[in-house]
Amino acid sequence: MRNPLTILRQRLAAHREVRADGGTATEAGSILDRDSVRSAPFWLPPFLLIGLFIYGAIIWNIVLSLTDFQGLGSPDYSALDIENYVIAFTGGTPSWSSLTVDPVWNAAWNTVVLMVSFSVVCLAVGLVMAILVDQEIRFENTFRTIYLLPMSLSFVVTAKFWLYMYNVETGLVNLILGAVGVGPIEIVQNPDLKLAAVAFALIWQFSGYAMIVYLAGLRAIPTSHFEAARVDGASTIRMYWRVIIPQLRTATVSALVVLTVFSLKAFDFLFSMYGGYQPGPSADILATRMVREAYANGNWAYGSAIAVLLFIMALAIVAPYIYTQYQRGEL
Amino acid sequence: MSTETGRAGERTLFGHSLRRLILYLVLLGMGAFYLIPIETGLMTSIISPGTYSGNLPYLPPLEPLVSGTGAFSLEPWRGALDGLGQGLVNSVILVVPATILSGLLGSMAAFGLTTISWRGQIGIYILFVAGIFIPYQAVLVPLTQFWYNIVPLRSMFEPLAALPLVETYHWKLLALIITHTAYGLPICTLLFRAHYKKLSDEMVEAAQLDGASIATIYRRIILPLSIPMFAVVFIYQFTQIWNDLLFALTIVQFGDAAVVTQELVGIGVSQSGTNFPLRMAAALLAALPTLLVYIFFGDKFAKGVAA
Repeated sequence: MRNPLTILRQRLAAHREVRADGGTATEAGSILDRDSVRSAPFWLPPFLLIGLFIYGAIIWNIVLSLTDFQGLGSPDYSALDIENYVIAFTGGTPSWSSLTVDPVWNAAWNTVVLMVSFSVVCLAVGLVMAILVDQEIRFENTFRTIYLLPMSLSFVVTAKFWLYMYNVETGLVNLILGAVGVGPIEIVQNPDLKLAAVAFALIWQFSGYAMIVYLAGLRAIPTSHFEAARVDGASTIRMYWRVIIPQLRTATVSALVVLTVFSLKAFDFLFSMYGGYQPGPSADILATRMVREAYANGNWAYGSAIAVLLFIMALAIVAPYIYTQYQRGEL
Repeated sequence: MSTETGRAGERTLFGHSLRRLILYLVLLGMGAFYLIPIETGLMTSIISPGTYSGNLPYLPPLEPLVSGTGAFSLEPWRGALDGLGQGLVNSVILVVPATILSGLLGSMAAFGLTTISWRGQIGIYILFVAGIFIPYQAVLVPLTQFWYNIVPLRSMFEPLAALPLVETYHWKLLALIITHTAYGLPICTLLFRAHYKKLSDEMVEAAQLDGASIATIYRRIILPLSIPMFAVVFIYQFTQIWNDLLFALTIVQFGDAAVVTQELVGIGVSQSGTNFPLRMAAALLAALPTLLVYIFFGDKFAKGVAA
């Protein structure tokens, strides 16, 4: 068959001739000769696996969110409606429950606050550290290894470490505050500080990642750009601000996308920190709310509806990113 | 040599030695910031719980020499090993096959979607990439339904339990292996594709000219050239799957198949308060495999996360 990719046609032209000499294949070979089909044993099984487990599950989840599935038993797909979404936005008593269900605004707000504060601070810390590490320092590898170390840990483990750091009586944070004459203050169970404490621990874990991404970005900038800015007489800080940082846009965008998605996954951290599904209203995020509704309260369909909202948030961040990557031919 | 010094001269933010000193102090300070929670945990984990006072938790236990620091003991680590033992075994049963499967399938997918080029493959590939960013919550309820109500894995495992080393509850670990393989595939495919794009086309073209089949090209040319990338992918996947809690929580739920992260959540808390030495020892024990992997193969881990 014709193959429309000219590069491929060129590449395969010789191949076809060889086979034509053998007298077995012709230009109008069967569909089985297409490279997409011949390479199918390699890409099709993995594709079916993600098709079933990722995309099949997402579609199934959307359908589930339209049911009244609650408690034990199995979902009833005969009556679908958007009641769960109405409840998610306005609250009230749904038909599948005798109890009032809260809307998701509080958790959604906390999700956005955590996402924005965590990713912005991570990027800022990462950028400053990348610039410092890029100063031809000695032991660069050792420093980099130390800065990235927390990222190899599980959310569950870091939550345990920070629970200890934040402890009122014995925590290092309070010991330091005590040394400067403040506190001791309750942090982990303090409604005013909870979310900040979570964000701070996550920044500790992931700012090293932002540094690695920025460092790669800095190393990709040609030395001549640094030199040109020097010749123009720009001061060091102005040179970085005007010449270097604008060139780090790609690094910023890709780090930002990854970090925001990480913050949507902060469930593991909160579950470990608060020993269960109840971080309390001031640290409740959509990820936690969804799992709590489904797995602790048995409100499966309502949990699915919250999951759809979370999925839409992730999609809104990721889809433009993948689209620009595609347009640039970087996929 | 001359370009190196020129680059240093131009790019150095801090000119003279005082600035240089401040630079190193800041870098060391940040290093301390990243290490202190782990260091404090390590020091606390070797204090005998009976003598633990919580004063100066960042100092090693030097009890009769320095009072208030507690006495040295490995009791917390023994307690952690007792409490997490089953979870560690289950985690190993889960992580090893899931890591190998997702790496191998990811390499195959990347080969079929990169080295062999055909129209429309980018569309398929975009579906792989998008899978990296899916919040797991969006699939949890269907996954629980699938493994508990659709696939009769449990009843399939009941006869197998007669075999040595196989227990009925292992069906949950098998479900978790398959789930983690599917969700690890996107990132593995991305990492391998980046690698395969850099390989020269000439060898593949030459092999095609010689009439080599696609399977031969993969086995003889691509697979041997993928070995460095397999190291990166295996290290990344090992860390991700070992560290995961959410899938285990919703697929294993509870019982004998609980993995180490699940068991770590509840350890060290009782009616009489929190046993911090035990809890820190457990956190470090659960983190030990990934920490060791990171310490020995840190550069490969950095390569994986930066991609």
